[in-house]
Amino acid sequence: MRNIWTIARREYKLYFISPVAYVVLFFFLVILGWFFYQGLGSAIQQSYYQQSAPGVEIVISPLVTLILFTMPAITMRLLAEEQRTGTLELLLTAPVRDWEVVVGKWLGGFLFILTMLAITWVFPIVLNQLEKPGIDQGVLLSGYLGLAFMVASLLAIGVVISSLFANQIAAFFVSLAVVLLLWFIRPPDSATGGLWNDILTNINFVDHYLNFYRGIIDLKDIFYYLSLTALGLYIGTVIVEARRWR
Amino acid sequence: MIRVEGLTKDYGARRAIENLNFNAEKGEILGFLGPNGAGKTTTMRILCGYMPPTSGKAEVSGFDVVEQSLEVRRRVGYLPETVPLYPDMTVFEYLKYMGDLRHLKNVEDRVDEVLEMVSMTDRADGYISALSKGLRQRVGIAQALIHEPEVLILDEPTLGLDPAQIIEARNIIREIGRERTVLLSTHILSEAQQLCNRVLIINKGHIVVEDTPEHLQSHLAGSQKVLLKVNGDTDGLETLVRNVPGISQVTVHTVGEIEFETVPGRDVRPDVARAVVEAGFDLLELHPISLSLEDIFIELTREEPEPPAISDASLNLGEEQDDLDEVED
Repeated sequence: MRNIWTIARREYKLYFISPVAYVVLFFFLVILGWFFYQGLGSAIQQSYYQQSAPGVEIVISPLVTLILFTMPAITMRLLAEEQRTGTLELLLTAPVRDWEVVVGKWLGGFLFILTMLAITWVFPIVLNQLEKPGIDQGVLLSGYLGLAFMVASLLAIGVVISSLFANQIAAFFVSLAVVLLLWFIRPPDSATGGLWNDILTNINFVDHYLNFYRGIIDLKDIFYYLSLTALGLYIGTVIVEARRWR
Repeated sequence: MIRVEGLTKDYGARRAIENLNFNAEKGEILGFLGPNGAGKTTTMRILCGYMPPTSGKAEVSGFDVVEQSLEVRRRVGYLPETVPLYPDMTVFEYLKYMGDLRHLKNVEDRVDEVLEMVSMTDRADGYISALSKGLRQRVGIAQALIHEPEVLILDEPTLGLDPAQIIEARNIIREIGRERTVLLSTHILSEAQQLCNRVLIINKGHIVVEDTPEHLQSHLAGSQKVLLKVNGDTDGLETLVRNVPGISQVTVHTVGEIEFETVPGRDVRPDVARAVVEAGFDLLELHPISLSLEDIFIELTREEPEPPAISDASLNLGEEQDDLDEVED
């Protein structure tokens, strides 16, 4: 367990040294701020016609979209860089288990994203100040909680893909493609039923977030994200092990 | 400390090493000498617990590299040929990271100690990306030493260093080799001679020679072992061969088959051929039994590798060759 923490700690620190993280963070917050501003603007206009204040959705909705797009940038270097420079060989000849390497890297990335999410908390806080009696705390909490789960699984996918490449750019684009695939996958309209349809319906990544979005915490959704995370980490471990056979 | 038995590794269809057998004891510096692709790195990686062999057994400090890989890795310090380091960490941070991964107590003290050993204390806070190759090598050696391993495996530790750095690196290796088992690979015969108690020459996945540097040196001058085969009547053949100047040793295998060894530096085959034919014997074969070590070393040195001098399987008699030439025209 200690090894996981050692590796996670290093990866976490490394994010703050790397310019990529700062750029991502900067644009993330700037774009989120923009959406927030827009959202507030249109909500204020709407309030002339209806007596409701903007909910915390105006923060969370763009946040989810942004997270989906920035995750590949966060995960791309985790294993790809080690393979490119050959440092993976040193990690694998240290008395560290393969799964500890994978989980450690995942954890480092996860803690970084959580830090990023914590920074975005500033928007709901501002929103809370702006309206009476305040925003719906339940929706806020479940929204961010769901986001944490979603991020966990996205990270796991990103780690797997990073482990397949020695080139960060390749890892980035493939991760992005997979994210988009999971985002938009749906059964075709003409389909009527059957196992395949059920699979396609239930595998959609963002659909499982919707409950969290509405303030509902459903075990089914938690299970989906946790399974996906576990699956990703497992496959990642297998791939790292496979490196040893080359 | 290191026991290797029947070690074989295939990468798909390609056989990298085959049936290697060797041992190394504590306090011994064992050298791997061989050209690129000979199988040195493959063997080292297997001994580090990085990858499993296709067949055969390897044990380090009494632990099997496959069954007890983690135990092996705890006791081995490894420096790959490429000396991979993290450029965005400082020297101190990097060594501390490696130390933490090995669960060292008093990591920071240990890092200081090991920096002292490789004379890098004043560069501890610099980024690794700023280091020259020689200094990176030292950091790499520090990394391999930080957990006080029983066995050290160094893949071409002096590759790419300038002469002054090479001397330093060798001193360090000599120093640390006193208490441990060191396995290092190199292209340079003189380096193997200076540093190693024993040398293994590997070529194309097989161990060609295993001996002390001194013995190898005496072979280096190029004595040859040659096989002579003669048909029919062989009375007096042995005496005849012994009398050819430049022959140091003669062994009779069977009737008509003699193995002789030449004095270093002389190729006596033409003399023997002439003597045998002139004495009326039917010369069948005259060829060297194995590549002389000189030929191997010529291949191994860093200049353009020459093709091996021994290419003919039999000695052509002059007249036959001329006849053939005429026919082709």
